[in-house]
Amino acid sequence: MTNDELKIKISESFPSSTFEEGTEWITMLIDSTTWKDVALELSNSLLFDFLFCVTCVDWKTHLTMVYHLRSTTQKHIVVVKAKLDRENPRIATVSDIWRTAEFHEREAYDLFGVQFIGHPDLRRLFLTDDYEGFPLRKDFEDPVNMIKL
Amino acid sequence: MFEEVGTTTEGDLMINVGPQHPSTHGVLHLVITLRGETIIKVEPHLGYIHRSIEKMCESLSYRQFIYVTSRMDYLSSHINNHGCALCVEKGLQIEIPERAKVIRVLMDELTRLASHQLWWGAMAMDVGALTPFFHAFRERETINEIMEETCGARLTMNYMVPGGVMYDLHPNFQKRVKDFITLFKSKIDEYDEMVTGNVIFQNRMKDVGFISKEDAISYGCTGPTARASDVSCDIRKLFPYEVYDKLDFHEITATDGDCFARYMVRVQEMRQSLSIVEQLIDIIPEGDFQAKTKAVLKLPKGEFYSRVETARGEFGVYIISEGGTTPYRIKFRSPGFSNLSALDHMARGHKIGDLVAIMGTLDLVIPDIDR
Repeated sequence: MTNDELKIKISESFPSSTFEEGTEWITMLIDSTTWKDVALELSNSLLFDFLFCVTCVDWKTHLTMVYHLRSTTQKHIVVVKAKLDRENPRIATVSDIWRTAEFHEREAYDLFGVQFIGHPDLRRLFLTDDYEGFPLRKDFEDPVNMIKL
Repeated sequence: MFEEVGTTTEGDLMINVGPQHPSTHGVLHLVITLRGETIIKVEPHLGYIHRSIEKMCESLSYRQFIYVTSRMDYLSSHINNHGCALCVEKGLQIEIPERAKVIRVLMDELTRLASHQLWWGAMAMDVGALTPFFHAFRERETINEIMEETCGARLTMNYMVPGGVMYDLHPNFQKRVKDFITLFKSKIDEYDEMVTGNVIFQNRMKDVGFISKEDAISYGCTGPTARASDVSCDIRKLFPYEVYDKLDFHEITATDGDCFARYMVRVQEMRQSLSIVEQLIDIIPEGDFQAKTKAVLKLPKGEFYSRVETARGEFGVYIISEGGTTPYRIKFRSPGFSNLSALDHMARGHKIGDLVAIMGTLDLVIPDIDR
């Protein structure tokens, strides 16, 4: 399926969806509260079965979760972005839809402090349990280990 | 097999494997819940070699950050560098010379061979055969020497730069690679004779660590781990880069989804890589090995994602640029990270002795997972 065909299909499934222009793949911008419904629809009717990358980005005013999805049968790719409140970032987990999300979401929680609602085991992944702060946020300062270039 | 999987009852035993254990091939810590000898749950604890490479990259220039990625999957450092270089080139919209493309593919495939050789030796060692390890390292040494001559390093090559490769091939390169092809062709049959057909080895590997096609996709497995479960996920075939679309090679898949299938996929991939090297070694085009680029690279504002197939699976580089000389955010999608998440699923219900075989066939490289 080409990008344009996919865009039309997605627009049919989600009439209120908006897209980011000038990107390599179709990039959907969604409201973070609707993520679970969107994810279910994407996996069930549009056959996106492979979540290959989960990223969180700190934009200083807000956080953005970026999900890269691919269909192993149809070969098409979609990128979903959800804006989160920086002070209280919360979004539904998709670890029950794509099992790989369990680890990826733990990583995002560990490094950015995003709370994934309904995650079965939301603990720090790389850092120790008593670590304070979220190192990949832009305002993070570590007086001991960080070397400024 | 276990309905109440993941739940512990009285009398269950929890043991720690690692962080320094020979079979984890690095500092991986597993907390295993056992009932008798049977695995109820495997819980990986990561971070012993976490260096926050993604944060480091935010303060490095587009030329510098590539070198950090050699330290992630140190057995596929060429291919990691390649992925980063591709992503920067995508942002700069530069076309690299044909010679550089062929050199890159040659180096990638030699790296894949070296990585699979090391895995093959270590895999046999994990299940109790010590000799293959020395055989594998003997042949791997030849590749390392070829690398050393051209790149100046044996492990962290840092040879790929945005626009091509850092310097031209060493004059001896072609001859030495041809010698290696002749040598390895006979050795790879020897590998099969020594290990693949061995009954003890097969008994340890067959019907162990099964993962179905659906589960492999759901867990985000890529590379030989997924291909052994009949998932077609070779980036070289699906989304070809450089000259892979002009080459004659097969994507190896298997349907069994167990440890032996994963073993067979990797062994056959070695033959495919060798065939790619053989196809290219005589037709390296003349010309520049590097496109002309500016001294200071600035990526336009936007997002760039590139993927390559490393020895372990799909490696993705996701750069978010704000138009400056350093990336705003970089995400590395490392194959080992997703493959490891399936370990618990594969190991449940098996005996603790099988865990080592399962981990071996996942081909884990811990710095790649921890980043």
